[in-house]
Amino acid sequence: MAMLEIQNVDKVYRSRGKAPVHAVRALDMAVKKGEIVALLGSSGCGKTSTLRMIAGFESVTSGAIALSQRRIDELPPAKRKVAMAFEGYSLYPPLTVRENIAFALKAQQLSRSEISRRVEAIARLVEIEDILDSFPRAISGGQQQRVSLARALVRDADLYLLDEPMGQLEPQLRAVLRGRIKGLLAERGMTAIFVTHDQTEASALADRIAVMEDGVLQQFASEKELKNRPANLFVASFIGEPPMNLLETEVAAADGGFRLSVGSDIAFQIPGDTLDHAARQALAQTKRVRIGIRPQKVAVGTGDVRVRVVSNQWLGDQSHVAGECAGHLLIAVTPSRIAARPGDVIPFALEPRHLHIFGADGACIRHAEGG
Amino acid sequence: MDHSSLAGRIFRGVALALVLVFFMFPIVWILMMSFQTNEQILRIPPRILFEPTLANYQALISGHLRTTAGNLEISFMRNLMNSFVLSSAAVLLALLLGVPAAYAFARFKFRLGESIAFTLLSFRFAPPLLVLLPLSLYYQQLGLNDTYFGIVWVYQLIALPLILWIVRGYFEDISPDIEHAYRLAGHSWREAFTRIAVPLAGPGIAAAGLLSFIFCWNNFVFALILASADKQPVTVGALAFVTASGIQYGQIAAAIVLSVTPTLLLALYAQRYLVEGLSLGAVKG
Repeated sequence: MAMLEIQNVDKVYRSRGKAPVHAVRALDMAVKKGEIVALLGSSGCGKTSTLRMIAGFESVTSGAIALSQRRIDELPPAKRKVAMAFEGYSLYPPLTVRENIAFALKAQQLSRSEISRRVEAIARLVEIEDILDSFPRAISGGQQQRVSLARALVRDADLYLLDEPMGQLEPQLRAVLRGRIKGLLAERGMTAIFVTHDQTEASALADRIAVMEDGVLQQFASEKELKNRPANLFVASFIGEPPMNLLETEVAAADGGFRLSVGSDIAFQIPGDTLDHAARQALAQTKRVRIGIRPQKVAVGTGDVRVRVVSNQWLGDQSHVAGECAGHLLIAVTPSRIAARPGDVIPFALEPRHLHIFGADGACIRHAEGG
Repeated sequence: MDHSSLAGRIFRGVALALVLVFFMFPIVWILMMSFQTNEQILRIPPRILFEPTLANYQALISGHLRTTAGNLEISFMRNLMNSFVLSSAAVLLALLLGVPAAYAFARFKFRLGESIAFTLLSFRFAPPLLVLLPLSLYYQQLGLNDTYFGIVWVYQLIALPLILWIVRGYFEDISPDIEHAYRLAGHSWREAFTRIAVPLAGPGIAAAGLLSFIFCWNNFVFALILASADKQPVTVGALAFVTASGIQYGQIAAAIVLSVTPTLLLALYAQRYLVEGLSLGAVKG
């Protein structure tokens, strides 16, 4: 049963004298109870608008939002049973940290001792016990962010919305907190949506990731699925570090399959029996497609693609080798050191079974085998 | 200061003293005049040293003015009371109307919003005489002429725009997400306004209130035209000292001292808020 259901939601910002901005387009999304979902995308992609529509600070232009089977998009924020941690922290300046967190519990009418017990517990979790009696003005940005997070998580709500919850934290603390927050959410079966532009954070914290771009939900799936079976060119190039190698190729039917070639230097033979019916048809009808291959799938030192090395970096646990071939830059990631200097010519192996194929509209025609 | 050379410090001292004398001289002179008789004031050349008299204050407070042409009744204390009542009521009304309006202008974009805000501001730079003539005709027809309410209402031209624009800047400075967080915790919009936004904008509201109080207090023309003697504030009441037997400089000076003192004390007390409030309004406006 879905906890949160977003149905065909559109958000259009209209201001006088300016062209309307279509921030979110036909968004459909269902979040299961106890699920942690990341909204991932570059700035201006509509992720924060989506969050604010769920919280009730932005109206829904069209469509419906339901939370635990209640239609909420017409309700005032106070009645939605939603807790939120804001990107700008938004702590109440005249109150101490302790009061700020307790403040969120006031409306729940708990006993004084229960409130202080909950405040202490959540403060321990995000490591702010020692600043509980300070005022927001007197603490650092990272501490304020943790207070804001605590203020949201301390409440009993149907849904927790976290806007860039850890943007201000130091990397080590971020890793620790991620683990703890995930633990807390899982333990209590809390449903949460958080906005981030950090892929690592999204994959570390979320069960599923919704990739947004230009107000459109590109793909909503687990991190593994996004990596192995990207729905389109955008997701393929957005997810993964370093990004997927993408090449423009010409398509020709050959030997019962298809031959994809990049100029005269690189060519791949895709056997017909590795393609399903729709993919065969799509390839038969087009002249050009884009192919993508993950840098981790490019083998170095073997193969028939000869590249001139542009850079070769050993990162301590893997090598990133960038090579140029026929005007295209290819990046390979291998777990071993590669003895090649810039200017050297070395072979790269790009196997046809590792290719993702994308049509002219960007949609994926065929995924690589096993990702 | 990094340039703490002796010459620099002396120059700064002299410059500050000059500025101080320039601004303080009229006030000090009036204070001195208020303790002198008319004859002493009109002596040529004027003297710094004199024998102080409390006669001017006595006359003002008792309401009996003895002149060479006979006794004159003056209602200075009543005028002073009127000033208090009118200015306080006007500021109170302007706060009740202006603070919610300022919040609306700060938080919501609505049709004609900016135009309305600007129109309200334009009341401040339109000369009052421009509106007075038609206004006095309307007031006569409406029966508002010579009523406290009529004057309080017309004082809104002074107080409302000030409060609106200063407080608006304060509200804009508060992140709306603070209110959002409060509302998500189960509180209504109204509670977020009264419990979060208004207290946070408190210093700005106080500054705007004080400033408009001073402006209302200092107003002259509105009450001159729209009110009769028993409802006039001190600014108009001071005209009574221009008598048939001459101008009562001593009483005028004493009246000025008495009428300036409350606002001066207020301003001194709230100086910090005033500067803060005004600079914020200026930057944000």
